[in-house]
Order: sequence, then structure tokens, then C-alpha cells
Amino acid sequence: MSLTRQDVEKIAHLARLSITDQEMPVYVSSLSSIVDFVDELSRTDTAGVVPMAHPLDGQHQRLREDAVSESDHHEKYQRNAPAVTAGLYVVPRVIE
Amino acid sequence: MRDWEVVIGLEIHAQLATQSKIFSGSATAYGAPPNTQADLVDLAYPGVLPVLNARAVQMAVKFGLAVDATIARRSVFARKNYFYPDLPKGYQISQYELPVVARGSLQVMLDDGAVKTVGITRAHLEEDAGKSLHEGLANASGIDLNRAGTPLLEIVSEPDMRSAKEAVAYMKKIHTLVRYLEICDGNMQEGSFRCDANVSVRPKGEEKLGTRAEIKNLNSFRFVEKAIQYEVARQVELIESGGKVVQETRLYDSDKDETRSMRSKEEANDYRYFPDPDLLPVEIDAKFIEAVHKTLPELPDQKAARFAKDFGLSAYDAGVLSASRELGAYFEAVVAGLSAGHAKLAANWVMGELSSALNRENVDIEHSRVNPPQLTGLLNRIVDETISGKIAKEVFEAMWSEGKPADTIIEAKGLRQITDAGAIEGVIDAVIAANPKQLADYRSGKDKLFGFFVGQVMKATAGKANPAQLNDLLKKKLGGGGHA
Amino acid sequence: MHNLFIGELAERLKNRQISSVELTRHFLSRIERFSPALNAFITLTAEQALIDAAAADARLGKGERGPLLGIPLIHKDIFCTDGVKTSCGSRMLDNFVAPYDATVVARLKAAGTVMLGKSNMDEFAMGSSNETSYYGPVKNPWDISKVPGGSSGGSAAATAARLAPLATGTDTGGSIRQPAALTGVTGLKPTYGRVSRYGMIAFASSLDQAGVFARSAADAAAALQVIAGFDPRDSTSVDVPVPDYSAPLSRPLKGLKIGLLREFFDGLEPRNAALIEDALNIFTGLGAETREVSLPHLPLSVPTYYVVAPAECSSNLSRFDGVRFGYRCENPKDLLDLYKRSRGEGFGAEVKRRIMTGTYVLSAGYFDAYYLKAQKARRLITDDFRSAFETVDLLIGPTTPTPAFDIGAKMNDPVLMYLNDIYTIGANLAGLPGVSVPCGFVDSLPMGLQLIGPHFAEAKLLNAAHQYQQATDWHRHAPRGYE
Repeated sequence: MSLTRQDVEKIAHLARLSITDQEMPVYVSSLSSIVDFVDELSRTDTAGVVPMAHPLDGQHQRLREDAVSESDHHEKYQRNAPAVTAGLYVVPRVIE
Repeated sequence: MRDWEVVIGLEIHAQLATQSKIFSGSATAYGAPPNTQADLVDLAYPGVLPVLNARAVQMAVKFGLAVDATIARRSVFARKNYFYPDLPKGYQISQYELPVVARGSLQVMLDDGAVKTVGITRAHLEEDAGKSLHEGLANASGIDLNRAGTPLLEIVSEPDMRSAKEAVAYMKKIHTLVRYLEICDGNMQEGSFRCDANVSVRPKGEEKLGTRAEIKNLNSFRFVEKAIQYEVARQVELIESGGKVVQETRLYDSDKDETRSMRSKEEANDYRYFPDPDLLPVEIDAKFIEAVHKTLPELPDQKAARFAKDFGLSAYDAGVLSASRELGAYFEAVVAGLSAGHAKLAANWVMGELSSALNRENVDIEHSRVNPPQLTGLLNRIVDETISGKIAKEVFEAMWSEGKPADTIIEAKGLRQITDAGAIEGVIDAVIAANPKQLADYRSGKDKLFGFFVGQVMKATAGKANPAQLNDLLKKKLGGGGHA
Repeated sequence: MHNLFIGELAERLKNRQISSVELTRHFLSRIERFSPALNAFITLTAEQALIDAAAADARLGKGERGPLLGIPLIHKDIFCTDGVKTSCGSRMLDNFVAPYDATVVARLKAAGTVMLGKSNMDEFAMGSSNETSYYGPVKNPWDISKVPGGSSGGSAAATAARLAPLATGTDTGGSIRQPAALTGVTGLKPTYGRVSRYGMIAFASSLDQAGVFARSAADAAAALQVIAGFDPRDSTSVDVPVPDYSAPLSRPLKGLKIGLLREFFDGLEPRNAALIEDALNIFTGLGAETREVSLPHLPLSVPTYYVVAPAECSSNLSRFDGVRFGYRCENPKDLLDLYKRSRGEGFGAEVKRRIMTGTYVLSAGYFDAYYLKAQKARRLITDDFRSAFETVDLLIGPTTPTPAFDIGAKMNDPVLMYLNDIYTIGANLAGLPGVSVPCGFVDSLPMGLQLIGPHFAEAKLLNAAHQYQQATDWHRHAPRGYE
């Protein structure tokens, strides 16, 4: 199955990736070949097979006691932030 | 014009009252300075992983048991993928195909006293997002992730409500229930309890559901009612003028009292749900359920039924008094101090004077300035006829403002009721003597003047004459007249 | 000194024949000399290393003993290291200083190891050649025109070049075993859940597993002893006791049943097949029984992996959005622009390709055909392994189809590159432990022999690998110039 430029543009938008005009044809072709390749799966009979999401199949989630174990380190954590003011992470205006 | 039927389903988000977050050890307390309660997990730092809070699961199961729902023995956390600055991981951990609580139902009493059963489709655990703040920032927003990762129980109803009022009655019932269960503080100003409403209309008699609009983030009962009313009117008007309702997300603007489309958020929604590979399926066995079951309190409906049966209250009174655990407990504490047969008196006082004082002063019943033993003290003075009900209101106000027991106030203000027949008779005689014209009119058949005499005697005794005694004695003294 | 194994170094440290500081200086000087040509490092932490070495010496001086106390090592730059840049081979994290230690790092630190630096790697561990790194490709010390394999290429190349006796790595589809094979060292990928993933920057959560590079199975066992074990911070960390990995190394292999994977031999290049045959003969000589087994669904591994891994990575990498850490584009005009350009400019081509593949296979209309289908295939593959382990103790086969290839040879054909992992991916899908040990040379380049075991069978796996290494000396070969 081959992907079109429109398909790739839609995916890139969903994934929030800017793709330049020069890059676009490369992605259209490489993604098409990858999709072609994984399409091999469609030729496998999987009728009645229960999907397996995880290698720890059959094990279950451990529960943590409800206790506050973390304290405030926002100054340390915000040293990695590109823009901060008054303890807030700053982004271009969010329009609701 | 056709008759329209309104169809409403609610998705209620209740923040669970855990100490720590659903997947991290950060505190969940409200109102901390920005980002001081956001740890590496809440901030989605590279490399960190979620670990599930046991209490959040117990609370979800507790809710499920309270609405007679099926508890899923195996439920799965999934990722809901979308980009938003208040969503640090770029996905929300939620439950999609296998929620922890499956089908249940709830009885809701409507304004007319009728009881309606509302189906609960499911309830699932998920994490709350952070907050975007805009004030004081030029063309920018500030992100506070303190709320990110707070556990939420999303309670999804069937589209069973047929009016805005029904929707509000259902939401109030859930609100009562989650506070009873002590799984949510129900604080709507702080956003602990909020809902999305799915609203559609269809011609009466039509089976097929109309296209629905989803109104997001309603955080008061009044907004739920107004938003739905507006939305219903909008949809009916739209259809009747030849238009079509489109399926979309809308936002209620309380200032303008209207809903408006949120196309920005709607655009190309494709959440790409898939099982979260950082978390394993949650298994809930019979033992776990049994342990949670043991923590279930008496539920509102059970309490109301008991109040009605044990105390002879009307269904309405029983419903009001069981609307919160605290109110019910207060009422029961008052009744416990009274001799048998006076529960109705207690009910009237709790729902009347006490409730208005609490409302007026905007305090919770737990912080009432008149506590149950004090109110019992006052009501016992009515029961033993030390004071009349009318005087009791005066005493109550004094108790509220001065914080003293009823007896102290009654004594200090000399409000003790006059029950000495001779003393009352003396006042009656004086009143009759002073009002010969009214006496003559009364005796010639103007029954209504009985009240005039009662009033005069009460005035002369500063309201302290025992009303029943006064009634009897006055009737005797006036003679004639045929009033009942 | 750099040709000694960890056990020998520990012995000398214990006897105070050498100090950790001397050892650290020695490896730091080798790094200074060789690393520029190999490009094996992203960050060097020489100053801190000498402080840590002195601290280890102090512990040794107080009589404290430990198999890794005072031993220098290198961490793959995918592990968060408190106060040290942690780039994951990406421009996205070029400016990122982790504020905490990964559990693997913390455990090795507590054991007294000395971190020399952070190794180069394919960007976000997405690659099989180390060519996708923002910091440029790593060169193979056996031939610097060749790739060292990936994604843990820096750790593998550094171990092979004797720049450290030990290095950490991660293996999502072969990222420890494949570069170990291509650089002639021993690479261990433990059972999924055996080693904590906390602090290891996620590529594909259901496949990622931390492990080690060393020059022998015995050295790998000593390192596994430290990093294995339950971690309450990782929900997928398994709470089963950690056995002693060193004592069983010397057990004889008599009666061990080894299954030869038929699917791995179909079409295998004859010189490569001959090396595996030689290895089988060694095992038979050691008393093991060998038989052929078939895993009919194994050929589905690569397509299955290239649905599952991108799906998970597309979601795992959404947190890199230019808001709280990492790269942010210049002058974003609005929020959408901030996201798209920060991610578009911060991620390299292969990462973007995988994010888009994953986004596609999870999107509405394709989920069932790809993601769900791959999950079903994953069960078929896992079940094949399970049945195989009902009749054999371990499986054996080549680690890679070919020796190290030329830098640049496969960069323009992602599918060709993906097929490099054909023999390693199965173990990741099923969560099984695997080890690659050197087993000879093709065209003067090292080749790897892969052993795969059932869940939590690391002791058995290392026992077999160690016995093989007792009977052979392939693991003692050093690349020319690095002896």
C-alpha cells in the first residue's frame, strides 16, 4: 500500500512534526515502503488469536500505597525549561 | 410546531480524594503555588514511569458497588493521544475498552416526587490535566501542572435524562453519593466535581437519537441547567428553521448564557487509543471487592428509607435530610436527644431555622454555631412547653449569635412561657375589658376577631403565654362565637 | 591493564595492586587517545570520575569489597544521570541535564562503579548502525569505515576498543546484542522486567530492556547481579528474587538441551553458518545435546516489531514538545508552530519516520489492520518460543545475518536497515533474555553467536556462554591497534 503526500501531511500534523517541502517526497516514499513491508502481516491467519499487548502477559498491575512521597523541586526541574515565569511554563497563548 | 423530546447523557468527572496522585507520589492538595506539586512523573520527564495508586482503585470500586455496577475483574489503562500544553506526556492515561466499573444504575428523585432510574454506562479511572493560565501574560499562557495526574473517576450515564432539570437532579444525586462514599470532596468551585453534557433532541415518538452536541466542563448545577436549556432551544430552533445539528464539542459561556462551538479542539480528533505499555492490566479479585464492600457506608437511599420508616418522615423530608452524611448525622444526633415522637419537630428545625442560618452565614453544617446537643436543648424546651415555637425562633437566633445554651438565654431574657392558667386568665380579662366593641362584634358572629384577642394577649405577655392554653381559656372567656 | 577482565581487575583492586584512581586514569587516557576517531562518546565526565574513583578507593581502604567496587564504566546516553547531560543522541535533548539518576545508574553507582562518560547512540535508540545520532556515527574499532551496529553503538565500540571494561546499553530490538556481535564483545539483554526501566528514556516501553556490554559472560554476570531486581518505580519491573549469577557459571553443560533455530539458518550466508556449526560442535563437546527446532511464526518478527515499536514510540516521544525541557524552536508564531517546529527541528529523520509510522498504524481506520494485527502476531511468535522451550533449555543461532557493514550503506533504505534485526527482534517481542558472544570472524570482522533462554533464565544463559568462552578464545581478540 502506497501513501500519498496528503496521507503523510495528515500524519505529520497529528504527530505535530513540521516537514519541509524537500523532505516530504522522501517521507512519502520511505513510509510507503515501510507500510508495504509491514503489510506482510495481513497475509497471516490470526483468526481467534488474542492480541498480546505486553511481554508480561498474564501478570497484573502492582498497586502503590496512597502516600505523598515527593516534595517541591520545581526550581531544579525548571532549569531545563525553555521559558518560565513566576513558576509557570510559558507557551504561546492557548486559545480555547 | 412539533413536540420535541430532549435526550441528555452526562459524563461526570469526580476528582478522587486521595492524598497522592494517581500515578505519582505528588500531593493533590488544591491551591499550592504553581508547579510545586508536580514531580518528575507529573512533568513527564524523560525516563519516568507511572505506578498506580491503590486508593484510587478502591474508590472506583466503592463507587461501582454503590451504584450496583459490575466491577471488572480485569481492566486496562490506555493512552489517549493528543497535544495540549496542560497535558505533559502528550497523552492522557485513561481507560478505554475495559473500564474498572461497568454497567450500573441510580435512582433519582425528581421535583414532582417521582423516582427515575438512570443507567450508568461505565465509570473509569483517568488522570486530570494541568491548567493554562492567561492573566498577566502578553500573548502567552502559563502552564501549572499541579493538577496534572490528580485521579479522576469519569462517570458516564446512559442518555436517560429528558430535561435539564432531570440532568441536574441526577448530577446532584451523584454529587451526594460521591461525598457519602468519601471518594470526592464535591467542591465545584475548585473543579473537584464537573461534567460534560451530551445533548440532543428528537421529535416525540421517534426512536432514533438526534445528533448530539457535547457541552464541555460545566462546573455548577446552575450552569448545567442553563447550558442544557440554551442548547436545547438552539437545536430545536436550528432544526425547525431547516438546519441540521452537527456533532461537535461546545463550550458554555456563563457570562453570555450561551454555548458556542469549540472547533479548534474538534479539528482532526484521532486519539489513537492503545493499551499503555507502562502499566499492566488491573486485576480485582473477590477479596479486594469484599474488602471495599466492608467500607461502604449507609447509602443516601438507604438512609432516606430508614428516616421515613423509623421517624415517620415524608419521603421528601427523608430525602432532604439524607442529602449529605453530615446533615443526616446532625439530624440523627438531634433526634437522639429528644423523647420519642418528636422527630418531625427535629426535621422541621433542621430543614428550617438551622438550614437558613447556615445558608445565610454560608457555613457547613459541621461548622454550625449551634451544635446538635444545643439544638436538642432548645427543642426540649418546646416539647416541655417551657417556650412556644415562636419564642424558640428568637432563642435560636440568640443561641446562634451568642453561642450560649437555650436555657441560659431563656432565663436571661425571661422568655419562659406562661403556663399558669390563673395568670393567663388575668391577662385575658384585662384585654376583654379594654376592648368592649370587639367583644360585642365577636359575639355577634365576627369569628375572625378571635385572632385579634390572641394577638392582644400575646402582646401583653410579650409572646410568652402558652398558645394552646391561651386558646382554650380565651374560647371559654369569650363564649359565643362559633369558631373552631 | 585494559585487557583484564572485571574479575581480574577487582582482584587487583582488592589486593591494592592498583587503585581505582589509577585504573580510571588509565581508561581516561585511552579514551582521550582513541575516542576522537571512534566518536564513541557524547559526554566525558573525567573530573567526576576521578572523584568517584577516589571515593571507591576510600571504600576499598576501609576493607569494603564488591565485584564492581572501583570498576570504571560507561553509560549509554539513554540513561538519566543526575546533573549530567543526557541527550539520548538527539538534538532534542542536547541541552538536557537530567535531574535524577536512572535506577540502573543508581545501582551501579552504589556498587562503587566509576562513570567515565556517556556513550554515543542512535537517536532515541532508533537505529541499527549508530548513524542516526545527532552527534554523528560511531566507528567500528575493527574497521573505522564500518558501523559498530546500534543503537548502543558507542557502548559496544568503547568496550571493544578497551576504553572501559563495562558499558551499559539498552535493547529494544537487538540494540545490545547486534552491536556486541558487530564489535566482538559480549552483550547481554536480560528478561523484560528483570532490570528496571526507570530513568531509561523510553523508545518502545513493551520492548525496551537495559543490559550490559562486557568482554566476557562472567563480567556480564557480575554486572547483571548489580542491576537486576525489583524497582517499585517501574510497574513493569518483576518482583522475583535475583539468583546468584556468578556461581552457576562453572556448572558443566552436560545434558543441556540446545535448540538450533531452523528459521535462522534458512538462507544464512555459508561462512556465517559455518561459524554457528563450529559453535554447536563446541557445545556438543561440552556435553550439551543439540536438536533443530522450528518457530514457524518467527519470520513475522520484523514486520510485527515495525508496527509495535513505532506505535509505542509515537506516543512515548510526544512529551518532547518544547514546553518543559528540551529543544524549542526560535520565535514560534503560535502554539501549533511551537509544537511542529520544535519537534520537526529537534528530531532527526529516522525518529520522525518512526513517529509517523506509529501515528499511522494507530490512527482511525488502520488500528485493527496494523496495531491489533501485530499484537496477534506477537502472541503467535511468543507461543512459538514457549513451545520450543518445552523441549529445549536454550535456543541458539546467529546474532546478525552479516558482519558490520559500511557506514552509509543502508541509510537510504529503512527496510533494508530494519532487516538487520531479523534474528534479535523475536526475543524482545516475547520478553526473553538473550546474549551475544563472539564466535569467529567473517572478512576479518567479528561475528556473534546468540543464545536465547526462557524468561528469567539468565543464569543458564550466562552459564552456557561462559562455558563456551572457557572452550574458545574469540572473546579475547582485540581489534588491531587497541590491544
